[in-house]
Formats: sequence, C-alpha cells, structure tokens
Amino acid sequence: MSAGRDDALLRVDGLKTYFPVRGGVLLTAKSQCKAVDDVSLHIGQAETLGLVGESGCGKSTLGKTLVRLIKPTEGNILFDGVDIGRLSERQLKPHRRQIQMIFQDPADSLNSRHTIGNILEEPFIIHGIGDSAERSRKVADLLDIVGLPAAAAERFPFEFSGGQRQRIGIARAIALNPKLVICDEPVSALDVSIQSQILNLLLDLQERLGLSYLFIAHDLAVVKHVSDRIAIMYLGRIMETGGADEVYERPKHPYTRALISAIPEPVPGGRRQRQILEGDVPSPIDPPSGCPFQTRCPHAEPQCREQRPALRPVRAKTGEEHEVACHFDL
Amino acid sequence: MSAADPTPLLSVKDLVVEFSTRYGPVRAVDNVSFDIYPNETVGIVGESGCGKTVTGLTLLRLIPSPPGRIVQGSITFQGKDLTRLSEKQMQALRGAEISMIFQEPMTALNPVFTVGNQMIDILRRHKGLTRSQARQEAIAMLDRVGIPVPKKRIDEYPHQLSGGMRQRVMIAMALSCDPKLLVADEPTTALDVTTQAQVMEQIVKLQDEFDMSMILVTHDLGVVAESCDRAIVMYCGSIIETAAIGDLFERPRHPYTKGLLQSIPRIREEKLAQLPIIPGMVPDLLHLPDGCRFADRCSRVTDECRRAKPPLETDPLTGRGVACYHPVP
Repeated sequence: MSAGRDDALLRVDGLKTYFPVRGGVLLTAKSQCKAVDDVSLHIGQAETLGLVGESGCGKSTLGKTLVRLIKPTEGNILFDGVDIGRLSERQLKPHRRQIQMIFQDPADSLNSRHTIGNILEEPFIIHGIGDSAERSRKVADLLDIVGLPAAAAERFPFEFSGGQRQRIGIARAIALNPKLVICDEPVSALDVSIQSQILNLLLDLQERLGLSYLFIAHDLAVVKHVSDRIAIMYLGRIMETGGADEVYERPKHPYTRALISAIPEPVPGGRRQRQILEGDVPSPIDPPSGCPFQTRCPHAEPQCREQRPALRPVRAKTGEEHEVACHFDL
Repeated sequence: MSAADPTPLLSVKDLVVEFSTRYGPVRAVDNVSFDIYPNETVGIVGESGCGKTVTGLTLLRLIPSPPGRIVQGSITFQGKDLTRLSEKQMQALRGAEISMIFQEPMTALNPVFTVGNQMIDILRRHKGLTRSQARQEAIAMLDRVGIPVPKKRIDEYPHQLSGGMRQRVMIAMALSCDPKLLVADEPTTALDVTTQAQVMEQIVKLQDEFDMSMILVTHDLGVVAESCDRAIVMYCGSIIETAAIGDLFERPRHPYTKGLLQSIPRIREEKLAQLPIIPGMVPDLLHLPDGCRFADRCSRVTDECRRAKPPLETDPLTGRGVACYHPVP
C-alpha cells in the first residue's frame, strides 16, 4: 500500500509553522510558538496517513498549513511535484481544488445563513465550473453520494443533526474532485453510533474516488482503523511513523507506548497494568531542550536533554517503513 | 459489591423529568428507576440527549427550574426523599453528602477567585472550620489528588492551571467534605488520553480511600468497562439495559447496546473494510414513536415493538435488566 517517499502525492520536507507571541504595550513579537517544528511526511495515492497527537501538539496547524490556510514559516510542501508552500494566492488557486479539508465541528464550518444548496454550489462558482443548471445537478449528485436526500439542498444547516452536517461538510470537500482531503478530527464531535457511519462513508469514498487522506485525530483507535500508515506527533514534531499495524504492535517511542497504554478499551476486567505519564505537555513557546518528550519520559538520560533525536529508521518486521525519533532502542 | 449489601445508598424510583420548550414539553428522563449501593461504581452510559446528564443533575436537584421540572418519582438518599427537601436543605446536602464533578472544569470553577478561596468556602460552610484550618485542610486535599506543590497552587487562579490540574482541583473540592456519593459527569471527556488515564486512576483510588459510591456519567464505553462495577444504558430518556460490567460487555442483550459495542473501532483488531453500524439516528424527543424508541433503527423489530414501549424487566436474582421484547439471546 504505502507508496515510496519519492513517488508520493504529497511530500512535506522540514515544514515549520511558527506563530509570533506578542507582548508588551506595543505588542511586539517577544518569542515564537513553534506549532509545527521541522515536520517531514509523505502521503501516497489513495493512501491514508493518520496523524495522532494530543491537544496543542500542532496537528491541526499542520493540517491547515497543508491546505495553505496558514503560510508555512519554512520548508517545502510538494504536491504533485509543485511546491505549494511558496506560491502566491493567485498562483495557488488552481491547486487549491486538489486539496480540501473537513473540519471537526460541522456546525461551525457551515454558513448558517446559506442553504445546503448554496453551500455546496459555492466551490463550483469560485472555480467557474458549469452553468446554474449543471451546478444544481452536481449538488444533487453530491447529496446522493454522501447519503442525503435531494430535498436537503433547500434546507439550512440548523435543520440537520451533527452526523448529517458532517455529511454536508464531506460533500463540500469532495465537490471539486480533490486528490487529497485533510480530515481534521472529522468524527470527534459525533456520537459513537454516528461516528461509525461517517467513518464508513469516508472509507467508501476513498475507494470510489481514489482519495488520499490525512486523517488527524486524537483517538488512536479510530486512526488505526482508517489508516494505512500513522504518524505520532508531540510538541510540533513527529516522534514516530510507520505502518499502522507495525506502529501499534511494535511501538518504539516511549510516548507512543504511553499513548497506546492510556486508551481505555471497551473490555471489562479492570484496568490493565498501565503506564501513566507524569506531568503535563510543556508549552510550545518554551519547549524543553533536546528531546521534546524528555520532561515526561520514563527512560530519559542526560543525553536526551542535550541532543534532539532525529527520526531514524528502525527495522520493521514486515519490511515496511518505520521511523522513530529516540536515541535509544527500546 | 452490590448484591451483598441489601440497603441501597440511593434509590431512584419512577423518575420523570420534563423541560418545557416552545414546542411543548420534552421528557428528558422518562420513568427511570435504579439503586446505588455503598462503595459501588455505576456507569450511566448513552449518547448525546439520552438523558444521562439530566439524570445526574436531578439527583442533586441541579436542573434549572423553570424550564425543568421533576414531574414524578422519588430519589431516596439515606432515608430522605430528595425531591421533597427544601432548597435550603438541599444546599446543606450538596457538597457534603453528595458531590458532583463536571465535564469542563474551566466553566465549573469560578475564574475570579483563587483555587484556595473556592475550597475554603466549601470547608467553612459544611465543616464549620476557621479560615486557617480550612486552608490547611484544602492544602492537604490538593496533595491527596496529586497536585504538585499544593502550597503554591492553592493561591493560583483556575486559568493558571492545565486542564488535568483543573479537573484535579474539582475533584479535591468535591471530596473535601467526605461525601457518600460522587456524581461524576463526563469527568475526563475534555482531557487528552494520557491525562484522562492519570485522572481516572486518581478518581478510582480516591473512591476507595473515601469509601464512597460513584455514579459515572459518560458516553465512553471504554472508561465504563475499566472503572465501573455495573452499568445503566440509556436511550431517549429511558433505561434500556442494566447489568454487571462483565455481562454487559460480553453478552449485551438489548440490540442497541450490542450495536453500540460493535460500532466502536477496537484498536486490537484488524482493519475492517466497514465498521458495523447502527443505521439511522436518535429520534427527536419532541416526536417520539409510540412503541420502543429504538424500533426504527433495530434489526430485530416486529409489530409488537411499535405498539407499546417495552418495560424494563429486571431479574431479581442477578439484577440484570433489559427493556426489549426480543432481546439478543
């Protein structure tokens, strides 16, 4: 499944997204918040890369940078061979339709004053596609694909439940036949019984339309279910990446291990022996020296405080790629 | 645990809670009965709008009234019917005998007072301590819930604490007067998994130390499986199944419970092409069907299900109950 780094649809190299932290009377930049700090990853054709991390790790900023809602500070975003990280807004426009995004809260991301028909027609208007009749036909097709009745086009977002709104968000994202869809916590706001319906829809669309996904979530169980490969993010950096089963079954990074061990499983029989992390995630404005995880790591050595470990390949059982940013072989 | 002790600490009978809305009354809790025994942890599980939170709030008489109203039923706690107490009597009980912790500690804590101020208030009110005694007690409590440097943290404001710390402060406040019953409403839902694991571990440990019963209101079946002795599953305001944890997860009897358990992606299992789903969605509480509320989504539905709502039939020996005409064998 996993395409090589070189023939990938999306290849990100050394991506950094920093935000200025302003303070004082004149609101001058005092320091920087390193939301995304030197991230490299790749996604192949029709492949899903799951991006997992806890709040504030930079996963959503990374997603927004990839669709260029945020301009990267440094690094390359090679999409289909073009570095979209450096293009101007005007140059970017033809590429925009190729990468779309689905947001966590479908109530916030749909304009409450527009009908569903208007919302779904807008991408076609912006990109000058078809006349009015053709656009209505396309809107009807989209509603059908995501499992909503054609009559939905006349109605407003508040008339729909959370799951249905997320279907509308998905319809909007696939309207222009994109190659890559960034799914930012697409099911986190939904109930369990609705969550599985939306996950199935995303998997079904991937198969029918050959979509690639970057699936961003904090729930490792959901991510593992939909992803071919996963990347674990902590304080703006990728700590571990590899095939979904490989990373889950043979996690090499102490953070990945803690994350897996913390998931409450719907299996009775008391709590398992669990590795509980001490303390809280440090601030990305003032990250620790060396390894970002050293302040909470049960295996930390003096070396971890001095030297930042780079992602390095480890030998995977299945011969798949598997990389970890840790000095030690655990 | 439960069956061994014959006298329940809390006994809820035929509870009905309604909210008046522009479109007519909405029955958020519909004829709910259950018992909580000493030292027991019971999970109330269900999806948004099933009435689990309103049930929890009603136990402390915290539903806003109007629009909310207890239409019928009794809540017997240590021999007293809480539905008949005056507001003043309830105030004496809340925080002292029954405590509650909420999902979002930032909104539950007062942002303009320090942690210490808020804790000292409770201790002085319920335990009649002096300010300095209360402060010592508050510091000791913060230490017990695992807050590092409690002497310093006590003078901080809620915004200076992380999410996990704030939830610990909430727990310290809730437990400071040694309650008999803790109602925890989604206590870890707003937290990250690693923090959730820390906080749940702490709650379970403290429950043991404080010798209290706990009602854990949550949508997360994983949290329930790991922390509860028994669970109550709610759907559209009614209890549809209740069972000991092992039974519920290994042999769910209500088709809804079964569907819910199947639709969770399990991390241990292989990637499936499609997850099993429950089709459709929860009916609107304003337009509930006549019969079983799950009928339109159920694979085992018959005409009987649409005629009358199935009652919760409880086996007196095992305490296991299911509200279904055609339960899963």
